[in-house]
Amino acid sequence: MTEAVIQARGLCNRFGSQTVHENLDLDLYRGEILAVVGGSGSGKSVLLRSIIGLRQANEGRVTVFGQDLAGLDERQRSQVERRFGVLFQKGALFSSLTVTENVALPLIEHAGLSRADAEHLAGVKLALAGLPISAADKYPASLSGGMIKRAALARALALDPDILFLDEPTAGLDPIGAADFDQLILTLRDALGLSVFLITHDLDTLYTITDRVAVLAQKKVLVAGPLSSVAQADDPWIHDYFHGPRGRAADDAALRARQER
Amino acid sequence: MTAPSATLDHQQPSSLRIAGDWTLAHYASLKRTCEQLRNQYSPDTAVDLSQLGRLDTAGASLLAELLGAERLERCTSTLSEANRALLQTVYRSVQNYCIPVKQPERPVLIQLLSRIGRAVDALWQDTLQVLGFIGLILQTLLLRLFQPQRWRLTPLVAHLEQTGLDAAPIVALLTFLVGAVVAFLGATVLAAFGATIFTVDLVAFSFLREFAVLLTAILMAGRTASAFTAQIGSMKANEEIDAIRTLGLNPIELLVVPRVLALLIALPLLTFVAMICGMVGGAVVCALSLGISPAMFLSLLQTDIGVQHFLVGLAKAPFFAFLIAAIGCLEGFKVSGSAESVGAHTTSAVVQSIFVVIVLDAIAALFFMEMGW
Repeated sequence: MTEAVIQARGLCNRFGSQTVHENLDLDLYRGEILAVVGGSGSGKSVLLRSIIGLRQANEGRVTVFGQDLAGLDERQRSQVERRFGVLFQKGALFSSLTVTENVALPLIEHAGLSRADAEHLAGVKLALAGLPISAADKYPASLSGGMIKRAALARALALDPDILFLDEPTAGLDPIGAADFDQLILTLRDALGLSVFLITHDLDTLYTITDRVAVLAQKKVLVAGPLSSVAQADDPWIHDYFHGPRGRAADDAALRARQER
Repeated sequence: MTAPSATLDHQQPSSLRIAGDWTLAHYASLKRTCEQLRNQYSPDTAVDLSQLGRLDTAGASLLAELLGAERLERCTSTLSEANRALLQTVYRSVQNYCIPVKQPERPVLIQLLSRIGRAVDALWQDTLQVLGFIGLILQTLLLRLFQPQRWRLTPLVAHLEQTGLDAAPIVALLTFLVGAVVAFLGATVLAAFGATIFTVDLVAFSFLREFAVLLTAILMAGRTASAFTAQIGSMKANEEIDAIRTLGLNPIELLVVPRVLALLIALPLLTFVAMICGMVGGAVVCALSLGISPAMFLSLLQTDIGVQHFLVGLAKAPFFAFLIAAIGCLEGFKVSGSAESVGAHTTSAVVQSIFVVIVLDAIAALFFMEMGW
């Protein structure tokens, strides 16, 4: 088995008296696309935040590339964080910068490029993420939801990270855009050896690109494994999730797509 | 990790050898190399990619630009499947994507004039908007005045607490201190004429007519106008205002009227607090450093200061209150989309309302003087 780039062990997250995670274990292996699914409010985004260090878990530890993030000093931490690319649910683009400047910012700050080079490279990333050229000089406030997603992906990819965290990347995209997005993730993963941590509700994404699926329910990772085995798991919620009308449709669509290829 | 290189072999037939890691870390030097090479090699140059190490999107974009479509088809057979896919994906994306040329800047004089023109136009539009908004508020107020069942008492009381009660301590402290300062100033100047006793008149006169209402209004402009803008502005940014409209409700009635009424009640009350505290501040200084006892202070107040000064000061408060609340709410409605816009309009609300308060106070002072009140 390949090495785990992220290991979460015994993670507990509580908000006041409400427990979101209890003794949660999760691994992300190098080069895989791991999808985390779960009902609304099952703590998927909280899990993401505790892994990337935006939230200190109440108990348990997270090691990234074999290092415990909480135990690192600021400089080492910044080194590790540079290897993360995070796409937040609502994009989290800086509203005072244009889209190009948003993507160029980490290139200037961390890769030490000149402004002209950084903006040129930012243009490449934006093109890669599928953003139309007319949007490059706009401010995030004047972009549509789908465009914000793409611009945010371009920013997440700016430093060619090792691990890509995606929080519901295809939500709010039209089906064509969502399918392109899936293919883009696959291409990047294959070419760059990215490890992808993907939170999604999009069953088509699940069936098309994921290597493993982790189901978050009852405050822990209920099952984790390849989609085919997870879908067969003996749990009513999982059964409803994968074998409901939408699950069946996505399964059929993925099957047809594979046959056509 | 190996250093990247692109070397051109000038023998016939010439060939270009790409080697090493083409990654972000080497971007700047690679870009220079590529720019030099682009003019040198001919279309029939063979390209050898077999020595290529790691490749990321930054390196791939340079390579794609250097080689062009046709060569990418021909020469990538030696590449790993993953690298070839990456190169082709990057090439396809950048193909039709070039950064647009920035328009040349216009002469400074033209820019200056156009900025002045825009600013004047914006000022005119703002003034029109404020007047229109005031009309809208008055209309809604009048319509609802005769429908007591649609008065919204709960938000009114809540805003009254926020804008009135919560502001009372700061207003009291501030005016107490200013009162003391005015008394000190008066004492110093008047001592030269042997007329320190008139410090009482100075403090009472200035606070009743001007300082109490002006200080309170400026404080409210900073504290309440900004709060109104931020509250309504974040609702606007979150599409809550649109939701109110689509539910068939009137945002003016729901959001603006309670705030305006609350400030209309709160500002005169706070002005009264400010008058008392300012004069207490003056009285304390008089008692401590001028030897004018509080009893004497009070009796001088009764004999020298007519009640019309109190009324002149208090009469201005509702006008200030209405304008501060209207400007605060209007700026909130002008917010568009982003959180940054909320900040910009909050600043604008404070500046505008302080400006309007001071201008109106100056006009009122002239008016009262001419009337001899």
